[in-house]
Amino acid sequence: MTTTAELTYTDLPALMRRLAGDEKHNAAAESTVDVIWVLYDSVLDIGPHNLDDPGRDRFLLSKGHGPMAFYAVLAAKGLLPAGDLDGWGTFESRLGGHPDRTLVPGAEISSGSLGHGLPIGLGLVLGWRATGRTGPRAVVLVGDAELDEGSNNEAIEYAGRLGLEQLTVVVVDNSSSTYGWPGGIERRFTLEGWTGRTVDGRDHDALRVAFTEPHPGRPLVVVASVEKKGA
Amino acid sequence: MTTATTLGMRDTFTTTVTELLDEDPRLAVVLAEISADRLTEAAARHPDRVINVGIREQLLVSVAGGLALSGMRPIAHTFSAFLVERPFEQVKLDFAHQDVGGILVGSGGSYDISFGGRTHMSPGDVALMDSLPGWTIQVPGHPAEAAALLRADAARDDAVYLRLSEQSNARPYATDGAMTVLKRGREGVVLVVGALADNALAATEQLDVTVLYTPTVRPLDVRTLRSAVFTANTDVLLVEPYLRGTSTHAVAEALVDIPHRIAALGVDRGHELRGYGEPADHERAHGLDAASIAARARRFFHAGAPDGPVLRAG
Repeated sequence: MTTTAELTYTDLPALMRRLAGDEKHNAAAESTVDVIWVLYDSVLDIGPHNLDDPGRDRFLLSKGHGPMAFYAVLAAKGLLPAGDLDGWGTFESRLGGHPDRTLVPGAEISSGSLGHGLPIGLGLVLGWRATGRTGPRAVVLVGDAELDEGSNNEAIEYAGRLGLEQLTVVVVDNSSSTYGWPGGIERRFTLEGWTGRTVDGRDHDALRVAFTEPHPGRPLVVVASVEKKGA
Repeated sequence: MTTATTLGMRDTFTTTVTELLDEDPRLAVVLAEISADRLTEAAARHPDRVINVGIREQLLVSVAGGLALSGMRPIAHTFSAFLVERPFEQVKLDFAHQDVGGILVGSGGSYDISFGGRTHMSPGDVALMDSLPGWTIQVPGHPAEAAALLRADAARDDAVYLRLSEQSNARPYATDGAMTVLKRGREGVVLVVGALADNALAATEQLDVTVLYTPTVRPLDVRTLRSAVFTANTDVLLVEPYLRGTSTHAVAEALVDIPHRIAALGVDRGHELRGYGEPADHERAHGLDAASIAARARRFFHAGAPDGPVLRAG
Protein backbone atom coordinates (compact mmCIF):
# COMPACT_ATOMS: atom_id res chain seq x y z
CA MET A 1 0.00 0.00 0.00
CA THR A 2 1.26 3.44 -0.87
CA THR A 3 0.77 6.37 1.45
CA THR A 4 -1.69 7.99 -0.96
CA ALA A 5 -3.99 4.97 -0.50
CA GLU A 6 -4.61 6.18 3.02
CA LEU A 7 -6.39 9.31 1.89
CA THR A 8 -10.05 9.49 2.79
CA TYR A 9 -13.28 10.94 1.52
CA THR A 10 -12.54 14.21 3.26
CA ASP A 11 -9.43 14.61 1.11
CA LEU A 12 -11.42 14.52 -2.14
CA PRO A 13 -12.44 18.22 -2.22
CA ALA A 14 -8.81 19.27 -2.02
CA LEU A 15 -7.86 16.85 -4.76
CA MET A 16 -10.73 18.06 -6.94
CA ARG A 17 -9.72 21.69 -6.41
CA ARG A 18 -6.41 20.86 -8.07
CA LEU A 19 -8.40 20.09 -11.20
CA ALA A 20 -8.83 23.76 -11.98
CA GLY A 21 -10.17 24.89 -15.32
CA ASP A 22 -13.34 23.62 -16.94
CA GLU A 23 -16.20 24.95 -14.83
CA LYS A 24 -18.90 23.68 -17.15
CA HIS A 25 -18.79 20.13 -15.91
CA ASN A 26 -18.27 20.76 -12.20
CA ALA A 27 -21.86 19.93 -11.25
CA ALA A 28 -21.69 16.67 -13.16
CA ALA A 29 -18.42 15.79 -11.48
CA GLU A 30 -19.84 16.39 -8.05
CA SER A 31 -22.93 14.29 -8.77
CA THR A 32 -20.77 11.19 -9.11
CA VAL A 33 -18.27 11.72 -6.31
CA ASP A 34 -20.07 9.78 -3.57
CA VAL A 35 -20.92 6.83 -5.78
CA ILE A 36 -17.38 6.51 -7.12
CA TRP A 37 -15.88 6.88 -3.65
CA VAL A 38 -18.07 4.17 -2.13
CA LEU A 39 -17.31 1.79 -4.99
CA TYR A 40 -13.55 2.19 -4.69
CA ASP A 41 -13.51 2.44 -0.91
CA SER A 42 -15.74 -0.43 0.14
CA VAL A 43 -17.38 -2.33 -2.72
CA LEU A 44 -14.93 -3.19 -5.47
CA ASP A 45 -11.57 -4.90 -5.13
CA ILE A 46 -9.49 -2.57 -7.29
CA GLY A 47 -6.23 -1.00 -6.29
CA PRO A 48 -2.54 -0.76 -7.04
CA HIS A 49 -2.21 -4.33 -5.77
CA ASN A 50 -4.28 -5.92 -8.54
CA LEU A 51 -4.35 -3.53 -11.48
CA ASP A 52 -2.76 -6.17 -13.74
CA ASP A 53 -4.86 -9.07 -12.44
CA PRO A 54 -7.30 -10.18 -15.18
CA GLY A 55 -9.66 -11.32 -12.41
CA ARG A 56 -9.95 -7.87 -10.77
CA ASP A 57 -13.25 -6.07 -10.37
CA ARG A 58 -13.82 -3.31 -12.92
CA PHE A 59 -15.32 0.13 -12.68
CA LEU A 60 -16.37 1.46 -16.08
CA LEU A 61 -17.04 5.18 -16.19
CA SER A 62 -19.39 5.31 -19.15
CA LYS A 63 -20.46 8.89 -18.51
CA GLY A 64 -16.98 10.17 -19.29
CA HIS A 65 -17.71 13.86 -19.02
CA GLY A 66 -17.08 15.55 -15.72
CA PRO A 67 -14.33 13.09 -14.75
CA MET A 68 -12.88 15.21 -11.92
CA ALA A 69 -14.40 13.07 -9.17
CA PHE A 70 -13.12 9.94 -10.90
CA TYR A 71 -9.59 11.31 -11.21
CA ALA A 72 -9.67 12.47 -7.60
CA VAL A 73 -10.75 9.04 -6.32
CA LEU A 74 -8.08 7.31 -8.43
CA ALA A 75 -5.51 9.62 -6.87
CA ALA A 76 -6.86 9.10 -3.36
CA LYS A 77 -6.68 5.34 -3.82
CA GLY A 78 -3.11 5.41 -5.09
CA LEU A 79 -3.99 4.38 -8.64
CA LEU A 80 -3.01 7.72 -10.12
CA PRO A 81 -0.15 9.94 -8.91
CA ALA A 82 -1.75 13.02 -7.34
CA GLY A 83 0.72 15.19 -9.20
CA ASP A 84 -1.12 14.30 -12.40
CA LEU A 85 -4.10 16.33 -11.25
CA ASP A 86 -2.20 19.58 -11.74
CA GLY A 87 -2.34 20.91 -15.26
CA TRP A 88 -5.04 18.51 -16.41
CA GLY A 89 -6.45 19.10 -19.85
CA THR A 90 -3.21 20.57 -21.12
CA PHE A 91 -1.53 18.92 -24.09
CA GLU A 92 1.15 17.48 -21.83
CA SER A 93 -1.31 16.00 -19.29
CA ARG A 94 -2.58 12.44 -19.27
CA LEU A 95 -5.89 13.69 -17.91
CA GLY A 96 -8.48 15.31 -20.14
CA GLY A 97 -12.15 16.12 -20.37
CA HIS A 98 -12.91 12.49 -21.07
CA PRO A 99 -10.70 9.68 -19.74
CA ASP A 100 -8.47 7.67 -22.08
CA ARG A 101 -7.67 4.21 -20.73
CA THR A 102 -4.32 4.16 -22.50
CA LEU A 103 -3.28 7.33 -20.66
CA VAL A 104 -4.92 7.10 -17.23
CA PRO A 105 -3.72 4.39 -14.85
CA GLY A 106 -6.83 2.75 -13.42
CA ALA A 107 -9.22 3.83 -16.17
CA GLU A 108 -10.75 0.61 -17.49
CA ILE A 109 -12.35 2.16 -20.59
CA SER A 110 -11.91 5.23 -22.70
CA SER A 111 -15.20 7.07 -22.67
CA GLY A 112 -16.78 10.33 -23.73
CA SER A 113 -19.34 9.44 -26.34
CA LEU A 114 -22.38 8.29 -24.36
CA GLY A 115 -23.85 4.81 -24.48
CA HIS A 116 -20.69 2.74 -24.88
CA GLY A 117 -19.79 1.69 -21.32
CA LEU A 118 -22.75 -0.57 -20.59
CA PRO A 119 -22.56 -2.56 -23.85
CA ILE A 120 -18.80 -2.93 -23.37
CA GLY A 121 -19.31 -4.00 -19.74
CA LEU A 122 -21.79 -6.60 -20.91
CA GLY A 123 -19.19 -8.02 -23.28
CA LEU A 124 -16.64 -8.06 -20.48
CA VAL A 125 -18.97 -10.11 -18.29
CA LEU A 126 -19.72 -12.48 -21.17
CA GLY A 127 -15.97 -12.99 -21.53
CA TRP A 128 -15.72 -13.85 -17.83
CA ARG A 129 -18.63 -16.26 -18.19
CA ALA A 130 -17.01 -17.98 -21.18
CA THR A 131 -13.77 -18.46 -19.27
CA GLY A 132 -15.37 -19.60 -16.01
CA ARG A 133 -14.35 -16.47 -14.12
CA THR A 134 -17.18 -16.18 -11.62
CA GLY A 135 -15.44 -13.94 -9.09
CA PRO A 136 -15.15 -10.41 -10.47
CA ARG A 137 -17.95 -7.93 -11.01
CA ALA A 138 -18.21 -5.03 -13.40
CA VAL A 139 -19.91 -1.80 -12.32
CA VAL A 140 -20.82 0.67 -15.06
CA LEU A 141 -21.64 4.26 -14.16
CA VAL A 142 -24.11 6.01 -16.46
CA GLY A 143 -26.01 9.27 -16.16
CA ASP A 144 -29.80 9.44 -16.32
CA ALA A 145 -29.64 11.47 -19.53
CA GLU A 146 -27.15 9.01 -20.97
CA LEU A 147 -30.00 6.49 -21.03
CA ASP A 148 -31.39 8.53 -23.93
CA GLU A 149 -28.85 6.70 -26.08
CA GLY A 150 -30.55 3.65 -27.61
CA SER A 151 -27.42 1.52 -27.39
CA ASN A 152 -28.04 1.25 -23.64
CA ASN A 153 -31.42 -0.30 -24.26
CA GLU A 154 -29.91 -3.00 -26.44
CA ALA A 155 -27.68 -3.93 -23.50
CA ILE A 156 -30.36 -3.60 -20.81
CA GLU A 157 -32.61 -6.00 -22.70
CA TYR A 158 -29.94 -8.56 -23.46
CA ALA A 159 -28.24 -8.56 -20.03
CA GLY A 160 -31.63 -9.00 -18.39
CA ARG A 161 -32.53 -11.99 -20.55
CA LEU A 162 -29.23 -13.66 -19.80
CA GLY A 163 -29.40 -12.91 -16.06
CA LEU A 164 -25.83 -11.67 -15.88
CA GLU A 165 -25.31 -11.37 -12.13
CA GLN A 166 -21.75 -10.07 -12.47
CA LEU A 167 -22.99 -6.90 -14.19
CA THR A 168 -24.08 -3.86 -12.21
CA VAL A 169 -25.18 -0.50 -13.57
CA VAL A 170 -25.26 2.55 -11.35
CA VAL A 171 -27.38 5.35 -12.76
CA VAL A 172 -26.45 8.67 -11.23
CA ASP A 173 -29.78 10.43 -11.53
CA ASN A 174 -29.60 14.20 -11.40
CA SER A 175 -32.78 14.57 -13.46
CA SER A 176 -30.86 15.93 -16.41
CA SER A 177 -32.69 14.00 -19.13
CA THR A 178 -34.85 16.46 -21.05
CA TYR A 179 -37.80 14.11 -21.46
CA GLY A 180 -37.44 12.10 -18.25
CA TRP A 181 -38.46 8.53 -17.45
CA PRO A 182 -42.16 8.17 -16.59
CA GLY A 183 -42.54 5.35 -14.07
CA GLY A 184 -38.96 5.74 -12.93
CA ILE A 185 -35.56 4.63 -14.16
CA GLU A 186 -35.45 1.50 -12.00
CA ARG A 187 -38.55 0.14 -13.69
CA ARG A 188 -36.90 0.35 -17.12
CA PHE A 189 -34.43 -2.23 -15.90
CA THR A 190 -36.62 -4.44 -13.70
CA LEU A 191 -39.07 -4.92 -16.55
CA GLU A 192 -36.18 -6.52 -18.45
CA GLY A 193 -35.26 -8.86 -15.60
CA TRP A 194 -32.84 -6.81 -13.54
CA THR A 195 -32.87 -6.39 -9.78
CA GLY A 196 -33.39 -2.70 -9.05
CA ARG A 197 -32.61 -0.51 -6.05
CA THR A 198 -33.08 3.24 -5.79
CA VAL A 199 -31.15 5.02 -3.07
CA ASP A 200 -29.92 8.45 -1.99
CA GLY A 201 -26.81 8.98 -4.09
CA ARG A 202 -25.18 10.94 -1.27
CA ASP A 203 -25.76 8.31 1.45
CA HIS A 204 -22.65 6.16 1.66
CA ASP A 205 -24.19 3.45 3.83
CA ALA A 206 -27.25 3.16 1.61
CA LEU A 207 -25.08 2.98 -1.51
CA ARG A 208 -22.88 0.31 0.08
CA VAL A 209 -25.87 -1.84 0.99
CA ALA A 210 -27.43 -1.39 -2.44
CA PHE A 211 -24.23 -2.48 -4.13
CA THR A 212 -23.51 -5.45 -1.88
CA GLU A 213 -26.85 -7.10 -1.07
CA PRO A 214 -27.22 -10.30 -3.13
CA HIS A 215 -29.16 -10.32 -6.41
CA PRO A 216 -28.85 -13.94 -7.50
CA GLY A 217 -29.24 -14.74 -11.17
CA ARG A 218 -29.95 -11.16 -12.20
CA PRO A 219 -27.97 -8.09 -13.16
CA LEU A 220 -28.28 -5.21 -10.71
CA VAL A 221 -29.20 -1.58 -11.28
CA VAL A 222 -28.64 0.95 -8.53
CA VAL A 223 -30.32 4.28 -9.20
CA ALA A 224 -28.40 6.84 -7.16
CA SER A 225 -30.58 9.91 -6.84
CA VAL A 226 -28.84 13.22 -6.36
CA GLU A 227 -29.99 16.82 -6.47
CA LYS A 228 -31.26 18.05 -9.82
CA LYS A 229 -28.60 19.34 -12.16
CA GLY A 230 -28.24 23.09 -11.76
CA ALA A 231 -30.25 23.11 -8.54
CA MET B 1 -7.46 -27.18 -45.54
CA THR B 2 -10.50 -29.04 -44.33
CA THR B 3 -12.91 -26.54 -45.80
CA ALA B 4 -14.40 -27.51 -49.11
CA THR B 5 -13.73 -24.82 -51.67
CA THR B 6 -17.09 -25.38 -53.32
CA LEU B 7 -18.67 -23.43 -50.48
CA GLY B 8 -19.16 -19.69 -50.84
CA MET B 9 -17.28 -17.35 -48.56
CA ARG B 10 -20.03 -16.99 -45.98
CA ASP B 11 -20.44 -20.76 -45.63
CA THR B 12 -16.68 -21.12 -45.60
CA PHE B 13 -16.59 -18.59 -42.77
CA THR B 14 -19.13 -20.47 -40.64
CA THR B 15 -17.45 -23.82 -41.34
CA THR B 16 -13.98 -22.47 -40.52
CA VAL B 17 -15.11 -20.63 -37.42
CA THR B 18 -16.81 -23.83 -36.17
CA GLU B 19 -13.45 -25.58 -36.45
CA LEU B 20 -11.58 -22.70 -34.83
CA LEU B 21 -13.93 -22.60 -31.83
CA ASP B 22 -13.07 -26.26 -31.16
CA GLU B 23 -9.36 -25.49 -31.37
CA ASP B 24 -8.93 -22.20 -29.53
CA PRO B 25 -10.72 -21.48 -26.22
CA ARG B 26 -9.78 -17.80 -26.56
CA LEU B 27 -12.15 -17.31 -29.50
CA ALA B 28 -15.75 -16.15 -29.24
CA VAL B 29 -18.18 -15.41 -32.06
CA VAL B 30 -20.71 -12.62 -31.72
CA LEU B 31 -23.74 -12.55 -34.00
CA ALA B 32 -26.80 -10.38 -34.54
CA GLU B 33 -29.06 -13.15 -35.92
CA ILE B 34 -27.36 -13.17 -39.33
CA SER B 35 -25.68 -16.59 -39.88
CA ALA B 36 -26.86 -17.86 -36.46
CA ASP B 37 -28.73 -20.61 -38.32
CA ARG B 38 -25.42 -21.74 -39.81
CA LEU B 39 -23.67 -21.94 -36.45
CA THR B 40 -26.15 -24.00 -34.43
CA GLU B 41 -23.72 -26.91 -34.11
CA ALA B 42 -20.97 -24.63 -32.79
CA ALA B 43 -23.44 -22.94 -30.44
CA ALA B 44 -24.48 -26.31 -29.03
CA ARG B 45 -20.85 -27.22 -28.33
CA HIS B 46 -19.78 -23.79 -27.08
CA PRO B 47 -22.88 -22.03 -25.74
CA ASP B 48 -20.86 -19.33 -23.98
CA ARG B 49 -18.66 -18.62 -27.00
CA VAL B 50 -21.31 -18.35 -29.72
CA ILE B 51 -23.15 -15.23 -28.64
CA ASN B 52 -26.23 -14.11 -30.57
CA VAL B 53 -27.36 -10.72 -29.28
CA GLY B 54 -30.47 -10.54 -31.46
CA ILE B 55 -31.00 -7.75 -33.97
CA ARG B 56 -28.84 -5.33 -32.02
CA GLU B 57 -25.88 -4.26 -34.09
CA GLN B 58 -24.52 -1.58 -31.76
CA LEU B 59 -24.45 -4.22 -29.05
CA LEU B 60 -22.88 -6.72 -31.45
CA VAL B 61 -19.82 -4.53 -31.87
CA SER B 62 -19.56 -3.27 -28.29
CA VAL B 63 -19.93 -6.76 -26.81
CA ALA B 64 -17.07 -7.86 -29.02
CA GLY B 65 -14.98 -4.98 -27.68
CA GLY B 66 -15.85 -5.98 -24.12
CA LEU B 67 -14.92 -9.59 -24.82
CA ALA B 68 -11.52 -8.36 -26.00
CA LEU B 69 -11.13 -6.38 -22.77
CA SER B 70 -11.69 -9.65 -20.88
CA GLY B 71 -8.78 -11.23 -22.78
CA MET B 72 -10.75 -13.11 -25.42
CA ARG B 73 -10.39 -12.90 -29.20
CA PRO B 74 -13.81 -11.83 -30.51
CA ILE B 75 -15.14 -12.42 -34.01
CA ALA B 76 -18.17 -10.23 -34.75
CA HIS B 77 -20.14 -11.00 -37.87
CA THR B 78 -23.08 -9.77 -39.89
CA PHE B 79 -23.66 -8.19 -43.28
CA SER B 80 -21.16 -5.40 -43.90
CA ALA B 81 -23.85 -2.71 -44.04
CA PHE B 82 -24.94 -3.56 -40.50
CA LEU B 83 -21.47 -4.32 -39.17
CA VAL B 84 -19.53 -1.27 -40.33
CA GLU B 85 -21.93 1.44 -41.44
CA ARG B 86 -24.79 1.20 -38.93
CA PRO B 87 -22.64 0.95 -35.75
CA PHE B 88 -19.62 2.82 -37.07
CA GLU B 89 -19.02 4.75 -33.86
CA GLN B 90 -18.89 1.48 -31.94
CA VAL B 91 -16.31 0.23 -34.43
CA LYS B 92 -14.37 3.47 -34.03
CA LEU B 93 -14.40 3.58 -30.23
CA ASP B 94 -14.74 0.04 -28.87
CA PHE B 95 -11.66 -1.65 -30.37
CA ALA B 96 -8.55 0.25 -31.40
CA HIS B 97 -9.46 3.28 -29.28
CA GLN B 98 -9.68 0.94 -26.26
CA ASP B 99 -6.31 -0.52 -27.30
CA VAL B 100 -7.82 -3.95 -27.96
CA GLY B 101 -8.18 -6.01 -31.12
CA GLY B 102 -10.85 -8.16 -32.64
CA ILE B 103 -12.04 -9.53 -35.95
CA LEU B 104 -14.99 -8.03 -37.78
CA VAL B 105 -16.23 -10.37 -40.49
CA GLY B 106 -18.58 -8.64 -42.89
CA SER B 107 -20.37 -10.52 -45.61
CA GLY B 108 -22.38 -9.36 -48.60
CA GLY B 109 -19.59 -7.42 -50.28
CA SER B 110 -20.46 -4.32 -52.23
CA TYR B 111 -23.48 -5.55 -54.16
CA ASP B 112 -23.81 -9.28 -53.42
CA ILE B 113 -27.26 -8.64 -52.04
CA SER B 114 -28.31 -6.80 -55.19
CA PHE B 115 -31.90 -8.00 -54.86
CA GLY B 116 -32.00 -6.29 -51.45
CA GLY B 117 -31.25 -2.86 -52.86
CA ARG B 118 -29.26 0.00 -51.37
CA THR B 119 -30.08 -0.83 -47.73
CA HIS B 120 -28.14 -4.09 -48.02
CA MET B 121 -25.22 -2.75 -50.02
CA SER B 122 -22.10 -1.30 -48.46
CA PRO B 123 -19.58 -0.26 -51.10
CA GLY B 124 -18.20 2.37 -48.70
CA ASP B 125 -17.22 -0.04 -45.92
CA VAL B 126 -13.55 -0.33 -46.83
CA ALA B 127 -13.18 3.45 -47.15
CA LEU B 128 -14.79 3.86 -43.72
CA MET B 129 -12.53 1.26 -42.11
CA ASP B 130 -9.58 2.91 -43.84
CA SER B 131 -10.36 6.11 -41.91
CA LEU B 132 -9.55 4.33 -38.63
CA PRO B 133 -5.94 3.93 -37.54
CA GLY B 134 -4.68 0.51 -36.55
CA TRP B 135 -6.93 -1.74 -38.63
CA THR B 136 -5.86 -4.51 -40.98
CA ILE B 137 -8.30 -4.74 -43.91
CA GLN B 138 -8.67 -7.93 -45.91
CA VAL B 139 -10.79 -8.48 -49.01
CA PRO B 140 -10.35 -12.12 -50.10
CA GLY B 141 -11.09 -13.08 -53.69
CA HIS B 142 -11.73 -16.76 -53.08
CA PRO B 143 -13.30 -18.82 -50.26
CA ALA B 144 -9.98 -20.58 -49.61
CA GLU B 145 -8.33 -17.20 -49.10
CA ALA B 146 -11.09 -16.24 -46.67
CA ALA B 147 -10.50 -19.42 -44.66
CA ALA B 148 -6.73 -18.95 -44.60
CA LEU B 149 -7.03 -15.29 -43.60
CA LEU B 150 -9.48 -16.08 -40.81
CA ARG B 151 -7.23 -18.81 -39.41
CA ALA B 152 -4.24 -16.45 -39.37
CA ASP B 153 -6.30 -13.58 -37.95
CA ALA B 154 -7.62 -15.76 -35.13
CA ALA B 155 -4.09 -16.42 -33.93
CA ARG B 156 -3.19 -12.73 -33.76
CA ASP B 157 -4.24 -9.87 -31.47
CA ASP B 158 -4.79 -6.94 -33.82
CA ALA B 159 -7.95 -5.33 -35.16
CA VAL B 160 -9.01 -6.85 -38.47
CA TYR B 161 -11.81 -6.21 -40.91
CA LEU B 162 -12.32 -9.34 -43.03
CA ARG B 163 -14.67 -8.48 -45.84
CA LEU B 164 -16.39 -11.43 -47.52
CA SER B 165 -18.26 -11.62 -50.77
CA GLU B 166 -19.95 -14.40 -52.70
CA GLN B 167 -18.06 -13.29 -55.81
CA SER B 168 -14.97 -15.37 -56.42
CA ASN B 169 -11.96 -15.83 -58.64
CA ALA B 170 -11.39 -19.29 -60.12
CA ARG B 171 -8.41 -19.94 -57.88
CA PRO B 172 -6.99 -18.67 -54.59
CA TYR B 173 -3.74 -16.76 -54.24
CA ALA B 174 -1.37 -16.04 -51.37
CA THR B 175 -2.78 -14.52 -48.18
CA ASP B 176 0.44 -13.63 -46.39
CA GLY B 177 0.01 -9.88 -46.90
CA ALA B 178 2.21 -9.76 -50.01
CA MET B 179 0.87 -8.98 -53.46
CA THR B 180 0.93 -11.79 -56.01
CA VAL B 181 2.31 -10.96 -59.45
CA LEU B 182 -0.26 -12.48 -61.82
CA LYS B 183 1.61 -11.41 -64.95
CA ARG B 184 4.48 -9.16 -65.90
CA GLY B 185 4.55 -6.48 -68.60
CA ARG B 186 6.14 -3.17 -69.50
CA GLU B 187 3.39 -0.66 -70.24
CA GLY B 188 2.11 -0.19 -66.74
CA VAL B 189 0.72 -1.84 -63.61
CA VAL B 190 -2.78 -3.04 -62.82
CA LEU B 191 -3.40 -3.53 -59.10
CA VAL B 192 -6.53 -5.59 -58.51
CA VAL B 193 -8.19 -6.45 -55.21
CA GLY B 194 -10.42 -9.37 -54.25
CA ALA B 195 -12.76 -11.18 -56.58
CA LEU B 196 -12.05 -8.93 -59.59
CA ALA B 197 -8.72 -10.63 -60.34
CA ASP B 198 -10.15 -12.90 -63.05
CA ASN B 199 -11.86 -9.94 -64.73
CA ALA B 200 -8.63 -7.94 -64.62
CA LEU B 201 -6.64 -10.82 -66.10
CA ALA B 202 -9.14 -11.34 -68.91
CA ALA B 203 -9.24 -7.59 -69.54
CA THR B 204 -5.47 -7.31 -69.89
CA GLU B 205 -4.92 -10.44 -71.98
CA GLN B 206 -3.91 -8.35 -75.01
CA LEU B 207 -2.01 -5.75 -72.97
CA ASP B 208 1.66 -5.78 -72.05
CA VAL B 209 1.12 -4.82 -68.41
CA THR B 210 2.01 -6.16 -64.99
CA VAL B 211 -0.99 -7.35 -62.97
CA LEU B 212 -0.68 -7.41 -59.20
CA TYR B 213 -3.26 -9.03 -56.96
CA THR B 214 -3.85 -8.61 -53.25
CA PRO B 215 -6.51 -9.66 -50.74
CA THR B 216 -4.79 -7.48 -48.12
CA VAL B 217 -5.79 -3.86 -48.62
CA ARG B 218 -4.28 -2.40 -45.43
CA PRO B 219 -1.46 -2.46 -44.88
CA LEU B 220 -0.76 -2.37 -48.60
CA ASP B 221 2.29 -4.30 -49.78
CA VAL B 222 4.23 -1.23 -50.84
CA ARG B 223 7.41 -3.18 -51.57
CA THR B 224 5.92 -5.31 -54.36
CA LEU B 225 4.06 -2.33 -55.81
CA ARG B 226 7.24 -0.23 -55.97
CA SER B 227 9.21 -3.09 -57.43
CA ALA B 228 6.53 -3.49 -60.14
CA VAL B 229 6.60 0.17 -61.17
CA PHE B 230 10.41 0.08 -61.28
CA THR B 231 10.26 -2.65 -63.91
CA ALA B 232 7.33 -1.27 -65.92
CA ASN B 233 5.87 2.06 -66.89
CA THR B 234 4.78 3.94 -63.74
CA ASP B 235 1.11 4.18 -64.74
CA VAL B 236 -1.04 2.37 -62.16
CA LEU B 237 -4.62 1.26 -62.79
CA LEU B 238 -6.33 0.39 -59.52
CA VAL B 239 -9.26 -2.05 -59.70
CA GLU B 240 -11.22 -2.45 -56.46
CA PRO B 241 -14.59 -4.16 -55.86
CA TYR B 242 -15.85 -1.32 -53.62
CA LEU B 243 -15.92 2.48 -53.66
CA ARG B 244 -13.83 3.80 -56.55
CA GLY B 245 -10.50 5.24 -55.50
CA THR B 246 -10.53 3.83 -51.98
CA SER B 247 -6.84 2.95 -52.26
CA THR B 248 -5.75 5.81 -54.52
CA HIS B 249 -4.20 7.68 -51.58
CA ALA B 250 -2.32 4.57 -50.42
CA VAL B 251 -0.88 3.99 -53.89
CA ALA B 252 0.01 7.69 -54.22
CA GLU B 253 1.78 7.64 -50.87
CA ALA B 254 3.66 4.48 -51.82
CA LEU B 255 4.89 6.15 -55.02
CA VAL B 256 5.36 9.65 -53.66
CA ASP B 257 8.97 9.88 -54.86
CA ILE B 258 8.20 8.46 -58.32
CA PRO B 259 6.48 10.47 -61.08
CA HIS B 260 3.39 8.40 -61.88
CA ARG B 261 -0.25 8.41 -62.98
CA ILE B 262 -3.09 6.62 -61.19
CA ALA B 263 -6.56 5.76 -62.45
CA ALA B 264 -9.09 3.97 -60.32
CA LEU B 265 -11.97 1.65 -61.11
CA GLY B 266 -14.57 0.65 -58.55
CA VAL B 267 -18.11 1.26 -57.41
CA ASP B 268 -19.29 4.64 -58.65
CA ARG B 269 -19.00 7.48 -56.14
CA GLY B 270 -21.08 10.12 -57.81
CA HIS B 271 -24.38 8.37 -58.20
CA GLU B 272 -26.56 6.01 -56.19
CA LEU B 273 -27.33 3.08 -58.41
CA ARG B 274 -31.01 2.33 -57.83
CA GLY B 275 -31.35 -1.14 -59.22
CA TYR B 276 -31.83 -4.75 -58.18
CA GLY B 277 -31.05 -7.75 -60.37
CA GLU B 278 -27.92 -9.85 -60.05
CA PRO B 279 -24.45 -8.89 -58.77
CA ALA B 280 -23.24 -9.28 -62.36
CA ASP B 281 -25.64 -6.51 -63.41
CA HIS B 282 -24.07 -4.20 -60.85
CA GLU B 283 -20.57 -5.27 -61.82
CA ARG B 284 -21.32 -4.24 -65.41
CA ALA B 285 -23.08 -1.03 -64.37
CA HIS B 286 -20.00 0.05 -62.43
CA GLY B 287 -17.67 -0.87 -65.30
CA LEU B 288 -16.02 -3.74 -63.45
CA ASP B 289 -16.72 -6.56 -65.93
CA ALA B 290 -13.81 -7.72 -68.08
CA ALA B 291 -14.91 -5.85 -71.21
CA SER B 292 -15.31 -2.54 -69.38
CA ILE B 293 -12.00 -2.92 -67.55
CA ALA B 294 -10.32 -3.74 -70.88
CA ALA B 295 -11.70 -0.60 -72.52
CA ARG B 296 -10.63 1.57 -69.60
CA ALA B 297 -7.20 -0.05 -69.44
CA ARG B 298 -6.56 0.54 -73.15
CA ARG B 299 -7.54 4.19 -72.84
CA PHE B 300 -5.42 4.68 -69.75
CA PHE B 301 -2.27 2.86 -70.76
CA HIS B 302 -2.28 3.77 -74.46
CA ALA B 303 -3.92 7.14 -74.82
CA GLY B 304 -3.29 8.46 -71.34
CA ALA B 305 -6.85 9.76 -71.30
CA PRO B 306 -8.23 10.84 -67.94
CA ASP B 307 -10.89 8.56 -66.55
CA GLY B 308 -14.35 9.69 -65.69
CA PRO B 309 -17.36 7.81 -64.39
CA VAL B 310 -18.61 5.04 -66.63
CA LEU B 311 -21.87 4.31 -64.87
CA ARG B 312 -24.33 3.13 -67.47
CA ALA B 313 -27.44 2.34 -65.48
CA GLY B 314 -29.86 4.84 -64.00
